[in-house]
Amino acid sequence: MAKEKKMNIGKEFSKGIISDNPVFRLVLGTCPSLAVSTSLENALGMGIAASFVLICSNVVISALRKVIPDKVRIPAFIVVIATFVSIVQMVVQAFAPALNDALGIYLPLIVVNCILLGRAEAYASKNPVFYSAIDGLGMGFGFTIAIALMAIVREIFGAGTLTLKLLGKGILLDFNPYIARVGLEPILIFILAPGGFFVFGILMALFNKIAESKGKQKAELGCAGCPMSKTCASCETNNDKKVEVASK
Amino acid sequence: MNENKNTKLTMSVSPHFKSTETTMGVMLNVIIALLPALIASIFVFRMKAFMVIATSVVSCVIFEYIARKLMKKENTIYDLSAVVTGILLAFNLPSNIPLWIVVLGALIAIVVVKQFFGGLGQNFVNPALAARIILMSSFPARMSSWPLPGKDVTVTGATPMALLKQHNMDALPSIKDMFFGLHGGSLGETCAIALILGGLYLMIKKVITPTIPLTYIATVAIGMLFASKFDLTFTLYEILGGGLLLGAIFMATDYVTCPVTEKGRFIYALCAGILTLLIRLFASMPEGVSFSIILMNIFTPQIDKITRTKPFGFIKEKKAKKAKEEK
Repeated sequence: MAKEKKMNIGKEFSKGIISDNPVFRLVLGTCPSLAVSTSLENALGMGIAASFVLICSNVVISALRKVIPDKVRIPAFIVVIATFVSIVQMVVQAFAPALNDALGIYLPLIVVNCILLGRAEAYASKNPVFYSAIDGLGMGFGFTIAIALMAIVREIFGAGTLTLKLLGKGILLDFNPYIARVGLEPILIFILAPGGFFVFGILMALFNKIAESKGKQKAELGCAGCPMSKTCASCETNNDKKVEVASK
Repeated sequence: MNENKNTKLTMSVSPHFKSTETTMGVMLNVIIALLPALIASIFVFRMKAFMVIATSVVSCVIFEYIARKLMKKENTIYDLSAVVTGILLAFNLPSNIPLWIVVLGALIAIVVVKQFFGGLGQNFVNPALAARIILMSSFPARMSSWPLPGKDVTVTGATPMALLKQHNMDALPSIKDMFFGLHGGSLGETCAIALILGGLYLMIKKVITPTIPLTYIATVAIGMLFASKFDLTFTLYEILGGGLLLGAIFMATDYVTCPVTEKGRFIYALCAGILTLLIRLFASMPEGVSFSIILMNIFTPQIDKITRTKPFGFIKEKKAKKAKEEK
Protein backbone atom coordinates (compact mmCIF):
# COMPACT_ATOMS: atom_id res chain seq x y z
CA MET A 1 0.00 0.00 0.00
CA ALA A 2 1.92 2.96 -1.24
CA LYS A 3 0.43 6.10 0.19
CA GLU A 4 1.02 9.41 -1.46
CA LYS A 5 3.03 11.64 0.80
CA LYS A 6 0.97 14.73 0.28
CA MET A 7 -2.57 14.14 1.46
CA ASN A 8 -5.49 16.37 0.79
CA ILE A 9 -7.47 17.17 3.93
CA GLY A 10 -10.70 17.71 2.05
CA LYS A 11 -10.28 14.43 0.21
CA GLU A 12 -9.51 12.52 3.42
CA PHE A 13 -12.74 13.85 4.85
CA SER A 14 -15.03 13.51 1.86
CA LYS A 15 -13.96 9.99 0.90
CA GLY A 16 -15.93 8.66 3.86
CA ILE A 17 -19.17 10.08 2.55
CA ILE A 18 -19.66 8.51 -0.87
CA SER A 19 -16.65 6.87 -2.49
CA ASP A 20 -15.51 5.02 0.65
CA ASN A 21 -18.73 5.15 2.64
CA PRO A 22 -18.14 2.66 5.48
CA VAL A 23 -21.60 1.10 5.34
CA PHE A 24 -22.44 1.07 1.64
CA ARG A 25 -19.01 0.91 0.04
CA LEU A 26 -16.72 -0.80 2.54
CA VAL A 27 -19.60 -2.95 3.87
CA LEU A 28 -18.51 -2.47 7.47
CA GLY A 29 -20.68 -1.92 10.52
CA THR A 30 -23.64 -3.61 8.87
CA CYS A 31 -25.04 -5.04 12.09
CA PRO A 32 -25.79 -1.78 13.93
CA SER A 33 -26.90 -0.15 10.67
CA LEU A 34 -29.57 -2.78 10.17
CA ALA A 35 -30.61 -3.01 13.79
CA VAL A 36 -30.79 0.63 14.80
CA SER A 37 -32.14 2.21 11.62
CA THR A 38 -35.78 1.69 12.51
CA SER A 39 -36.19 5.32 13.54
CA LEU A 40 -34.24 8.44 12.62
CA GLU A 41 -33.76 9.45 16.26
CA ASN A 42 -32.04 6.19 17.15
CA ALA A 43 -30.00 6.25 13.97
CA LEU A 44 -28.67 9.74 14.64
CA GLY A 45 -27.89 8.82 18.24
CA MET A 46 -26.01 5.74 17.12
CA GLY A 47 -24.21 7.61 14.36
CA ILE A 48 -23.03 10.38 16.66
CA ALA A 49 -21.95 7.97 19.41
CA ALA A 50 -19.99 5.84 16.96
CA SER A 51 -18.46 8.88 15.27
CA PHE A 52 -17.23 10.22 18.60
CA VAL A 53 -15.60 6.91 19.48
CA LEU A 54 -14.17 6.63 15.96
CA ILE A 55 -12.49 10.05 16.02
CA CYS A 56 -11.08 9.56 19.53
CA SER A 57 -9.84 6.03 18.91
CA ASN A 58 -8.30 7.02 15.56
CA VAL A 59 -6.39 9.85 17.24
CA VAL A 60 -5.12 7.72 20.12
CA ILE A 61 -4.22 4.73 17.96
CA SER A 62 -2.47 6.95 15.46
CA ALA A 63 -0.51 8.62 18.25
CA LEU A 64 0.48 5.23 19.65
CA ARG A 65 1.10 3.60 16.28
CA LYS A 66 4.86 3.38 16.80
CA VAL A 67 4.51 2.09 20.36
CA ILE A 68 1.99 -0.69 19.81
CA PRO A 69 3.77 -3.97 18.99
CA ASP A 70 2.61 -5.44 15.70
CA LYS A 71 1.68 -8.84 17.12
CA VAL A 72 -0.72 -7.58 19.78
CA ARG A 73 -2.10 -4.62 17.90
CA ILE A 74 -5.68 -5.94 17.70
CA PRO A 75 -6.06 -6.31 21.50
CA ALA A 76 -4.42 -2.92 21.90
CA PHE A 77 -6.88 -1.34 19.46
CA ILE A 78 -9.78 -3.01 21.23
CA VAL A 79 -8.64 -1.66 24.61
CA VAL A 80 -8.43 1.88 23.22
CA ILE A 81 -11.83 1.61 21.53
CA ALA A 82 -13.42 0.01 24.61
CA THR A 83 -12.22 2.90 26.75
CA PHE A 84 -14.03 5.44 24.63
CA VAL A 85 -17.10 3.26 24.27
CA SER A 86 -17.33 3.05 28.06
CA ILE A 87 -17.15 6.83 28.28
CA VAL A 88 -19.88 7.22 25.64
CA GLN A 89 -22.06 4.61 27.29
CA MET A 90 -21.83 6.26 30.71
CA VAL A 91 -22.59 9.68 29.21
CA VAL A 92 -25.60 8.34 27.30
CA GLN A 93 -26.87 6.47 30.36
CA ALA A 94 -26.59 9.63 32.44
CA PHE A 95 -27.95 12.22 30.05
CA ALA A 96 -30.09 10.34 27.53
CA PRO A 97 -31.54 7.25 29.23
CA ALA A 98 -34.25 6.97 26.56
CA LEU A 99 -31.64 6.68 23.83
CA ASN A 100 -29.77 4.15 25.93
CA ASP A 101 -32.89 2.01 26.16
CA ALA A 102 -33.56 2.32 22.45
CA LEU A 103 -30.04 1.40 21.38
CA GLY A 104 -29.79 -1.36 23.95
CA ILE A 105 -26.95 -3.78 23.34
CA TYR A 106 -25.83 -1.96 20.19
CA LEU A 107 -24.28 0.87 22.19
CA PRO A 108 -21.69 -1.26 24.02
CA LEU A 109 -21.30 -3.30 20.85
CA ILE A 110 -19.63 -0.30 19.19
CA VAL A 111 -16.49 -1.87 20.69
CA VAL A 112 -16.52 -4.60 18.08
CA ASN A 113 -17.88 -2.41 15.31
CA CYS A 114 -15.90 -3.21 12.19
CA ILE A 115 -15.73 0.41 11.12
CA LEU A 116 -13.67 1.31 14.17
CA LEU A 117 -11.38 -1.67 13.97
CA GLY A 118 -11.16 -1.35 10.19
CA ARG A 119 -10.15 2.29 10.29
CA ALA A 120 -7.71 1.66 13.14
CA GLU A 121 -6.10 -1.13 11.17
CA ALA A 122 -6.27 0.30 7.68
CA TYR A 123 -5.69 3.97 8.39
CA ALA A 124 -4.87 5.16 11.90
CA SER A 125 -2.07 2.66 12.45
CA LYS A 126 -0.31 3.92 9.34
CA ASN A 127 -1.01 7.63 9.18
CA PRO A 128 -0.26 10.77 11.24
CA VAL A 129 -2.53 11.92 14.04
CA PHE A 130 -4.12 14.87 12.26
CA TYR A 131 -5.07 12.94 9.16
CA SER A 132 -6.39 10.09 11.29
CA ALA A 133 -8.67 12.51 13.07
CA ILE A 134 -9.92 13.84 9.73
CA ASP A 135 -10.39 10.28 8.51
CA GLY A 136 -12.34 9.42 11.65
CA LEU A 137 -14.49 12.50 11.21
CA GLY A 138 -15.22 11.71 7.57
CA MET A 139 -15.91 8.05 8.22
CA GLY A 140 -18.08 8.87 11.21
CA PHE A 141 -19.99 11.38 9.12
CA GLY A 142 -20.37 8.82 6.34
CA PHE A 143 -21.65 6.24 8.82
CA THR A 144 -24.13 8.70 10.31
CA ILE A 145 -25.39 9.69 6.85
CA ALA A 146 -25.72 6.05 5.79
CA ILE A 147 -27.58 4.94 8.88
CA ALA A 148 -29.77 8.07 8.83
CA LEU A 149 -30.63 7.50 5.16
CA MET A 150 -31.67 3.94 5.92
CA ALA A 151 -33.68 5.14 8.90
CA ILE A 152 -35.47 7.84 6.88
CA VAL A 153 -36.54 5.33 4.21
CA ARG A 154 -37.50 2.66 6.70
CA GLU A 155 -39.37 4.95 9.07
CA ILE A 156 -41.38 6.78 6.41
CA PHE A 157 -42.37 3.63 4.52
CA GLY A 158 -42.68 1.34 7.51
CA ALA A 159 -44.34 3.49 10.14
CA GLY A 160 -45.46 6.59 8.24
CA THR A 161 -43.62 8.84 10.65
CA LEU A 162 -40.33 10.70 10.86
CA THR A 163 -38.81 11.55 14.23
CA LEU A 164 -36.81 14.73 13.78
CA LYS A 165 -35.51 14.48 17.29
CA LEU A 166 -32.19 14.50 19.00
CA LEU A 167 -31.89 13.55 22.66
CA GLY A 168 -35.66 13.66 22.99
CA LYS A 169 -35.98 17.23 21.72
CA GLY A 170 -37.56 18.05 18.41
CA ILE A 171 -40.70 17.19 16.51
CA LEU A 172 -42.36 14.05 15.31
CA LEU A 173 -43.66 14.27 11.75
CA ASP A 174 -46.64 11.99 11.30
CA PHE A 175 -47.63 11.33 7.70
CA ASN A 176 -50.25 8.72 8.54
CA PRO A 177 -53.31 11.00 8.11
CA TYR A 178 -52.07 12.04 4.64
CA ILE A 179 -51.25 8.46 3.71
CA ALA A 180 -54.69 7.33 4.84
CA ARG A 181 -56.37 10.10 2.83
CA VAL A 182 -55.12 8.62 -0.45
CA GLY A 183 -56.09 5.14 0.73
CA LEU A 184 -52.61 3.83 1.48
CA GLU A 185 -51.06 2.31 4.58
CA PRO A 186 -47.52 2.06 5.95
CA ILE A 187 -45.71 -1.07 4.78
CA LEU A 188 -44.84 -2.81 8.00
CA ILE A 189 -42.03 -4.91 6.59
CA PHE A 190 -39.74 -1.89 6.24
CA ILE A 191 -39.54 -1.68 10.02
CA LEU A 192 -38.87 -5.41 10.35
CA ALA A 193 -35.48 -7.00 9.79
CA PRO A 194 -36.08 -8.20 6.18
CA GLY A 195 -37.07 -4.67 5.18
CA GLY A 196 -33.78 -3.46 6.65
CA PHE A 197 -31.92 -5.79 4.31
CA PHE A 198 -33.95 -4.65 1.29
CA VAL A 199 -33.26 -0.99 2.01
CA PHE A 200 -29.61 -1.78 2.70
CA GLY A 201 -29.20 -3.62 -0.60
CA ILE A 202 -30.96 -1.01 -2.68
CA LEU A 203 -29.06 1.90 -1.12
CA MET A 204 -25.82 -0.02 -1.60
CA ALA A 205 -26.61 -0.40 -5.28
CA LEU A 206 -27.33 3.32 -5.46
CA PHE A 207 -24.02 4.23 -3.80
CA ASN A 208 -22.20 1.85 -6.13
CA LYS A 209 -23.83 3.56 -9.07
CA ILE A 210 -22.83 7.02 -7.84
CA ALA A 211 -19.27 5.91 -7.09
CA GLU A 212 -19.05 4.13 -10.42
CA SER A 213 -20.07 7.26 -12.25
CA LYS A 214 -17.09 8.91 -10.55
CA GLY A 215 -14.82 6.21 -11.87
CA LYS A 216 -14.49 4.16 -8.69
CA GLN A 217 -14.61 0.40 -8.55
CA LYS A 218 -17.58 -1.53 -7.26
CA ALA A 219 -17.66 -2.16 -3.54
CA GLU A 220 -16.13 -5.49 -2.71
CA LEU A 221 -15.27 -7.19 0.51
CA GLY A 222 -11.65 -6.37 -0.08
CA CYS A 223 -8.67 -7.05 2.10
CA ALA A 224 -7.80 -3.48 2.99
CA GLY A 225 -10.56 -3.17 5.56
CA CYS A 226 -9.99 -6.63 6.99
CA PRO A 227 -8.31 -6.70 10.38
CA MET A 228 -6.52 -9.91 9.42
CA SER A 229 -4.91 -8.34 6.36
CA LYS A 230 -1.39 -8.54 7.76
CA THR A 231 -1.44 -12.17 8.76
CA CYS A 232 -3.96 -13.71 6.40
CA ALA A 233 -2.32 -15.94 3.78
CA SER A 234 -4.85 -15.48 1.02
CA CYS A 235 -4.74 -11.74 1.18
CA GLU A 236 -3.59 -9.64 -1.73
CA THR A 237 -2.17 -6.82 0.37
CA ASN A 238 -0.19 -9.45 2.22
CA ASN A 239 1.17 -10.79 -1.04
CA ASP A 240 2.28 -7.30 -1.99
CA LYS A 241 4.01 -7.07 1.32
CA LYS A 242 5.75 -10.40 0.79
CA VAL A 243 7.02 -9.13 -2.53
CA GLU A 244 8.22 -5.97 -0.82
CA VAL A 245 10.03 -7.99 1.84
CA ALA A 246 11.55 -10.21 -0.80
CA SER A 247 12.77 -7.28 -2.82
CA LYS A 248 14.41 -5.79 0.24
CA MET B 1 -19.47 -19.95 -13.92
CA ASN B 2 -16.24 -18.47 -12.62
CA GLU B 3 -15.64 -21.32 -10.23
CA ASN B 4 -15.36 -23.73 -13.13
CA LYS B 5 -12.68 -21.69 -14.81
CA ASN B 6 -9.92 -24.16 -14.08
CA THR B 7 -11.56 -27.34 -15.24
CA LYS B 8 -11.13 -28.19 -18.86
CA LEU B 9 -14.47 -29.82 -19.47
CA THR B 10 -17.52 -28.38 -17.78
CA MET B 11 -20.49 -30.66 -17.73
CA SER B 12 -23.62 -29.39 -16.07
CA VAL B 13 -26.28 -31.70 -14.71
CA SER B 14 -29.02 -30.32 -16.89
CA PRO B 15 -30.11 -32.39 -19.87
CA HIS B 16 -28.50 -31.29 -23.08
CA PHE B 17 -31.20 -32.24 -25.52
CA LYS B 18 -31.86 -29.85 -28.28
CA SER B 19 -35.56 -29.23 -28.39
CA THR B 20 -38.09 -26.93 -29.91
CA GLU B 21 -39.35 -26.05 -26.46
CA THR B 22 -39.08 -22.36 -25.67
CA THR B 23 -39.63 -20.38 -22.49
CA MET B 24 -42.65 -18.85 -24.14
CA GLY B 25 -44.05 -22.28 -24.99
CA VAL B 26 -43.61 -23.55 -21.45
CA MET B 27 -45.12 -20.42 -19.95
CA LEU B 28 -48.03 -20.58 -22.39
CA ASN B 29 -48.73 -24.13 -21.22
CA VAL B 30 -48.61 -23.00 -17.60
CA ILE B 31 -51.04 -20.20 -18.37
CA ILE B 32 -53.40 -22.64 -20.07
CA ALA B 33 -53.13 -24.91 -17.03
CA LEU B 34 -53.93 -21.98 -14.76
CA LEU B 35 -57.01 -20.99 -16.78
CA PRO B 36 -59.50 -23.41 -15.15
CA ALA B 37 -58.55 -22.12 -11.69
CA LEU B 38 -58.69 -18.56 -13.00
CA ILE B 39 -62.19 -19.01 -14.35
CA ALA B 40 -63.22 -20.77 -11.15
CA SER B 41 -61.89 -17.92 -9.02
CA ILE B 42 -63.83 -15.35 -11.06
CA PHE B 43 -66.90 -17.53 -10.76
CA VAL B 44 -66.47 -17.84 -7.00
CA PHE B 45 -65.40 -14.31 -6.10
CA ARG B 46 -66.91 -12.42 -9.08
CA MET B 47 -65.75 -9.01 -10.34
CA LYS B 48 -63.40 -8.37 -7.45
CA ALA B 49 -61.33 -11.42 -8.34
CA PHE B 50 -61.13 -10.33 -11.96
CA MET B 51 -59.89 -6.90 -10.89
CA VAL B 52 -57.18 -8.40 -8.67
CA ILE B 53 -55.97 -10.77 -11.39
CA ALA B 54 -56.02 -8.09 -14.08
CA THR B 55 -54.16 -5.59 -11.90
CA SER B 56 -51.60 -8.17 -10.91
CA VAL B 57 -50.89 -9.38 -14.44
CA VAL B 58 -50.78 -5.91 -16.00
CA SER B 59 -48.55 -4.46 -13.30
CA CYS B 60 -46.20 -7.48 -13.41
CA VAL B 61 -45.75 -7.06 -17.17
CA ILE B 62 -45.26 -3.31 -16.88
CA PHE B 63 -42.72 -3.68 -14.07
CA GLU B 64 -40.86 -6.33 -16.05
CA TYR B 65 -40.71 -4.00 -19.06
CA ILE B 66 -39.57 -0.98 -17.02
CA ALA B 67 -36.98 -2.94 -15.04
CA ARG B 68 -35.43 -4.48 -18.16
CA LYS B 69 -35.46 -1.11 -19.90
CA LEU B 70 -33.78 0.65 -16.96
CA MET B 71 -31.13 -2.05 -16.68
CA LYS B 72 -30.55 -1.80 -20.43
CA LYS B 73 -31.21 -5.50 -20.94
CA GLU B 74 -33.26 -7.17 -23.63
CA ASN B 75 -36.99 -7.00 -23.30
CA THR B 76 -38.37 -10.21 -21.85
CA ILE B 77 -42.08 -9.54 -21.53
CA TYR B 78 -42.80 -11.80 -24.50
CA ASP B 79 -41.55 -14.91 -22.71
CA LEU B 80 -44.76 -14.60 -20.67
CA SER B 81 -43.03 -15.41 -17.37
CA ALA B 82 -44.25 -12.10 -15.95
CA VAL B 83 -47.82 -13.05 -16.86
CA VAL B 84 -47.46 -16.36 -15.01
CA THR B 85 -46.00 -14.58 -11.98
CA GLY B 86 -48.89 -12.11 -12.13
CA ILE B 87 -51.53 -14.82 -12.18
CA LEU B 88 -49.84 -16.78 -9.39
CA LEU B 89 -49.47 -13.67 -7.27
CA ALA B 90 -53.15 -12.84 -7.68
CA PHE B 91 -54.04 -16.45 -6.82
CA ASN B 92 -52.27 -15.98 -3.49
CA LEU B 93 -54.21 -12.90 -2.45
CA PRO B 94 -57.65 -12.56 -0.89
CA SER B 95 -60.20 -11.02 -3.25
CA ASN B 96 -60.92 -7.99 -1.05
CA ILE B 97 -57.32 -6.80 -1.07
CA PRO B 98 -56.88 -3.11 -2.01
CA LEU B 99 -55.52 -2.92 -5.54
CA TRP B 100 -52.50 -0.80 -4.58
CA ILE B 101 -51.27 -3.68 -2.44
CA VAL B 102 -51.53 -5.90 -5.52
CA VAL B 103 -49.37 -3.42 -7.46
CA LEU B 104 -46.89 -3.35 -4.58
CA GLY B 105 -46.81 -7.15 -4.61
CA ALA B 106 -46.08 -7.12 -8.33
CA LEU B 107 -43.25 -4.65 -7.74
CA ILE B 108 -41.74 -6.89 -5.08
CA ALA B 109 -42.14 -10.05 -7.16
CA ILE B 110 -40.83 -8.72 -10.45
CA VAL B 111 -38.35 -6.02 -9.50
CA VAL B 112 -36.99 -7.04 -6.11
CA VAL B 113 -37.13 -10.83 -6.24
CA LYS B 114 -36.69 -11.46 -9.96
CA GLN B 115 -34.90 -8.63 -11.78
CA PHE B 116 -32.57 -7.58 -8.98
CA PHE B 117 -31.15 -11.07 -9.07
CA GLY B 118 -30.79 -11.12 -12.85
CA GLY B 119 -34.20 -11.95 -14.27
CA LEU B 120 -35.84 -15.25 -15.14
CA GLY B 121 -33.61 -18.18 -14.27
CA GLN B 122 -31.64 -16.27 -11.65
CA ASN B 123 -34.32 -15.73 -9.01
CA PHE B 124 -33.50 -17.86 -5.97
CA VAL B 125 -37.07 -18.12 -4.74
CA ASN B 126 -40.44 -18.13 -6.45
CA PRO B 127 -41.23 -14.44 -7.08
CA ALA B 128 -44.99 -14.72 -6.52
CA LEU B 129 -44.54 -16.60 -3.24
CA ALA B 130 -41.87 -14.23 -1.95
CA ALA B 131 -44.18 -11.32 -2.73
CA ARG B 132 -47.00 -13.05 -0.89
CA ILE B 133 -44.86 -13.56 2.20
CA ILE B 134 -43.62 -9.97 2.17
CA LEU B 135 -47.19 -8.70 1.80
CA MET B 136 -48.23 -11.08 4.54
CA SER B 137 -45.74 -9.65 7.00
CA SER B 138 -46.46 -6.08 5.87
CA PHE B 139 -50.25 -6.20 6.03
CA PRO B 140 -51.10 -9.09 8.34
CA ALA B 141 -54.71 -8.02 8.86
CA ARG B 142 -55.51 -7.41 5.20
CA MET B 143 -53.82 -10.59 4.06
CA SER B 144 -55.75 -12.80 6.42
CA SER B 145 -59.31 -11.58 6.04
CA TRP B 146 -60.93 -13.88 3.56
CA PRO B 147 -64.19 -12.92 1.87
CA LEU B 148 -66.68 -15.72 1.49
CA PRO B 149 -67.79 -16.67 -2.03
CA GLY B 150 -70.21 -14.34 -3.75
CA LYS B 151 -70.51 -10.74 -4.78
CA ASP B 152 -70.37 -9.18 -1.35
CA VAL B 153 -66.75 -8.66 -0.42
CA THR B 154 -67.56 -7.24 2.99
CA VAL B 155 -68.63 -10.62 4.36
CA THR B 156 -65.47 -12.28 5.53
CA GLY B 157 -65.04 -15.54 7.32
CA ALA B 158 -62.52 -18.07 8.47
CA THR B 159 -60.89 -20.29 5.87
CA PRO B 160 -61.18 -24.04 6.21
CA MET B 161 -57.58 -24.03 7.39
CA ALA B 162 -58.35 -21.63 10.24
CA LEU B 163 -61.40 -23.68 11.22
CA LEU B 164 -59.32 -26.86 11.23
CA LYS B 165 -56.76 -25.12 13.41
CA GLN B 166 -59.50 -24.22 15.89
CA HIS B 167 -60.89 -27.79 15.69
CA ASN B 168 -64.20 -26.26 14.68
CA MET B 169 -65.33 -29.13 12.48
CA ASP B 170 -69.02 -28.17 12.38
CA ALA B 171 -68.42 -24.84 10.66
CA LEU B 172 -66.46 -26.44 7.82
CA PRO B 173 -67.95 -26.35 4.32
CA SER B 174 -68.93 -29.71 2.86
CA ILE B 175 -66.36 -31.79 1.01
CA LYS B 176 -68.27 -31.09 -2.21
CA ASP B 177 -67.93 -27.34 -1.68
CA MET B 178 -64.25 -27.85 -0.98
CA PHE B 179 -63.85 -29.59 -4.34
CA PHE B 180 -65.63 -26.90 -6.31
CA GLY B 181 -64.11 -23.98 -4.43
CA LEU B 182 -67.18 -22.60 -2.71
CA HIS B 183 -65.40 -21.56 0.46
CA GLY B 184 -63.27 -18.74 1.80
CA GLY B 185 -59.64 -18.46 0.87
CA SER B 186 -57.29 -16.71 -1.48
CA LEU B 187 -58.33 -16.41 -5.11
CA GLY B 188 -56.71 -19.38 -6.76
CA GLU B 189 -56.55 -21.92 -3.98
CA THR B 190 -60.22 -22.62 -3.46
CA CYS B 191 -61.29 -24.70 -6.46
CA ALA B 192 -59.51 -28.02 -6.05
CA ILE B 193 -60.92 -29.62 -9.19
CA ALA B 194 -59.69 -26.79 -11.44
CA LEU B 195 -56.21 -26.97 -9.93
CA ILE B 196 -56.06 -30.74 -10.40
CA LEU B 197 -57.22 -30.32 -14.03
CA GLY B 198 -54.45 -27.79 -14.62
CA GLY B 199 -51.92 -30.09 -13.01
CA LEU B 200 -52.98 -33.02 -15.20
CA TYR B 201 -52.65 -30.83 -18.30
CA LEU B 202 -49.13 -29.85 -17.31
CA MET B 203 -48.16 -33.48 -16.72
CA ILE B 204 -49.66 -34.63 -20.03
CA LYS B 205 -47.83 -31.82 -21.83
CA LYS B 206 -44.68 -32.90 -19.92
CA VAL B 207 -44.14 -29.39 -18.60
CA ILE B 208 -43.79 -30.80 -15.08
CA THR B 209 -43.08 -34.29 -13.83
CA PRO B 210 -45.48 -35.74 -11.27
CA THR B 211 -42.70 -36.22 -8.69
CA ILE B 212 -43.05 -32.94 -6.82
CA PRO B 213 -46.87 -32.59 -6.65
CA LEU B 214 -47.40 -36.26 -5.79
CA THR B 215 -44.64 -36.48 -3.20
CA TYR B 216 -45.64 -33.19 -1.61
CA ILE B 217 -49.35 -34.01 -1.36
CA ALA B 218 -48.69 -37.61 -0.31
CA THR B 219 -46.34 -36.50 2.46
CA VAL B 220 -48.91 -34.11 3.84
CA ALA B 221 -51.69 -36.70 3.46
CA ILE B 222 -49.79 -39.46 5.24
CA GLY B 223 -48.64 -37.11 7.98
CA MET B 224 -52.15 -35.82 8.52
CA LEU B 225 -53.54 -39.36 8.61
CA PHE B 226 -51.17 -40.22 11.42
CA ALA B 227 -51.71 -36.92 13.21
CA SER B 228 -55.50 -37.33 13.15
CA LYS B 229 -55.36 -41.02 14.08
CA PHE B 230 -56.58 -42.13 10.65
CA ASP B 231 -59.47 -39.69 10.33
CA LEU B 232 -60.05 -39.65 6.56
CA THR B 233 -62.33 -36.61 6.49
CA PHE B 234 -59.85 -34.50 8.39
CA THR B 235 -57.08 -35.55 6.02
CA LEU B 236 -59.21 -34.75 2.98
CA TYR B 237 -59.92 -31.28 4.35
CA GLU B 238 -56.23 -30.74 4.95
CA ILE B 239 -55.42 -31.68 1.35
CA LEU B 240 -58.20 -29.69 -0.31
CA GLY B 241 -58.02 -26.68 1.97
CA GLY B 242 -55.38 -24.00 1.99
CA GLY B 243 -52.81 -23.54 -0.71
CA LEU B 244 -51.51 -27.10 -0.78
CA LEU B 245 -52.78 -28.03 -4.27
CA LEU B 246 -51.91 -24.66 -5.76
CA GLY B 247 -48.50 -24.74 -4.13
CA ALA B 248 -47.67 -28.34 -4.94
CA ILE B 249 -48.77 -28.16 -8.58
CA PHE B 250 -47.85 -24.65 -9.68
CA MET B 251 -45.44 -23.10 -7.19
CA ALA B 252 -43.14 -25.87 -6.02
CA THR B 253 -42.62 -27.07 -9.60
CA ASP B 254 -41.20 -23.76 -10.82
CA TYR B 255 -38.23 -24.74 -13.04
CA VAL B 256 -35.91 -22.11 -11.69
CA THR B 257 -36.30 -22.89 -8.02
CA CYS B 258 -36.68 -26.67 -7.84
CA PRO B 259 -33.92 -29.30 -8.10
CA VAL B 260 -33.05 -30.68 -11.54
CA THR B 261 -32.84 -34.39 -10.82
CA GLU B 262 -35.85 -36.55 -10.00
CA LYS B 263 -34.12 -37.74 -6.82
CA GLY B 264 -33.52 -34.16 -5.79
CA ARG B 265 -37.13 -33.28 -6.54
CA PHE B 266 -38.30 -36.13 -4.34
CA ILE B 267 -36.19 -34.92 -1.41
CA TYR B 268 -37.32 -31.34 -2.06
CA ALA B 269 -41.03 -32.20 -2.10
CA LEU B 270 -40.69 -34.53 0.89
CA CYS B 271 -39.04 -31.82 2.98
CA ALA B 272 -41.58 -29.22 1.85
CA GLY B 273 -44.36 -31.62 2.87
CA ILE B 274 -42.83 -32.20 6.28
CA LEU B 275 -42.41 -28.46 6.81
CA THR B 276 -46.02 -27.86 5.82
CA LEU B 277 -47.12 -30.54 8.26
CA LEU B 278 -45.09 -29.04 11.07
CA ILE B 279 -46.39 -25.52 10.43
CA ARG B 280 -50.01 -26.62 10.10
CA LEU B 281 -49.96 -28.85 13.15
CA PHE B 282 -47.67 -27.10 15.60
CA ALA B 283 -47.10 -23.46 14.56
CA SER B 284 -49.41 -20.57 15.31
CA MET B 285 -50.28 -20.00 11.66
CA PRO B 286 -53.10 -21.96 10.04
CA GLU B 287 -51.28 -22.31 6.73
CA GLY B 288 -47.67 -23.00 5.89
CA VAL B 289 -47.41 -23.97 2.23
CA SER B 290 -45.84 -20.72 1.06
CA PHE B 291 -43.24 -20.71 3.82
CA SER B 292 -42.35 -24.37 3.22
CA ILE B 293 -41.89 -23.86 -0.51
CA ILE B 294 -39.81 -20.71 -0.05
CA LEU B 295 -37.59 -22.48 2.48
CA MET B 296 -37.09 -25.43 0.17
CA ASN B 297 -36.40 -23.04 -2.74
CA ILE B 298 -33.51 -21.73 -0.70
CA PHE B 299 -32.26 -25.28 -0.07
CA THR B 300 -32.50 -26.21 -3.76
CA PRO B 301 -28.82 -25.53 -4.61
CA GLN B 302 -27.75 -27.77 -1.72
CA ILE B 303 -30.13 -30.53 -2.83
CA ASP B 304 -28.78 -30.21 -6.37
CA LYS B 305 -25.28 -30.57 -5.02
CA ILE B 306 -25.91 -33.79 -3.11
CA THR B 307 -28.02 -35.39 -5.82
CA ARG B 308 -25.73 -34.56 -8.71
CA THR B 309 -25.68 -37.42 -11.21
CA LYS B 310 -22.38 -39.13 -11.76
CA PRO B 311 -21.03 -38.19 -15.18
CA PHE B 312 -19.29 -40.73 -17.41
CA GLY B 313 -15.60 -41.05 -16.57
CA PHE B 314 -16.12 -39.44 -13.18
CA ILE B 315 -13.03 -39.06 -10.99
CA LYS B 316 -13.51 -39.02 -7.24
CA GLU B 317 -13.25 -35.61 -5.65
CA LYS B 318 -10.27 -36.54 -3.47
CA LYS B 319 -8.31 -37.67 -6.47
CA ALA B 320 -9.20 -34.55 -8.36
CA LYS B 321 -8.05 -32.45 -5.44
CA LYS B 322 -4.80 -34.36 -5.25
CA ALA B 323 -4.22 -33.87 -8.93
CA LYS B 324 -4.87 -30.18 -8.50
CA GLU B 325 -2.37 -29.91 -5.69
CA GLU B 326 0.27 -31.66 -7.72
CA LYS B 327 -0.13 -29.08 -10.42
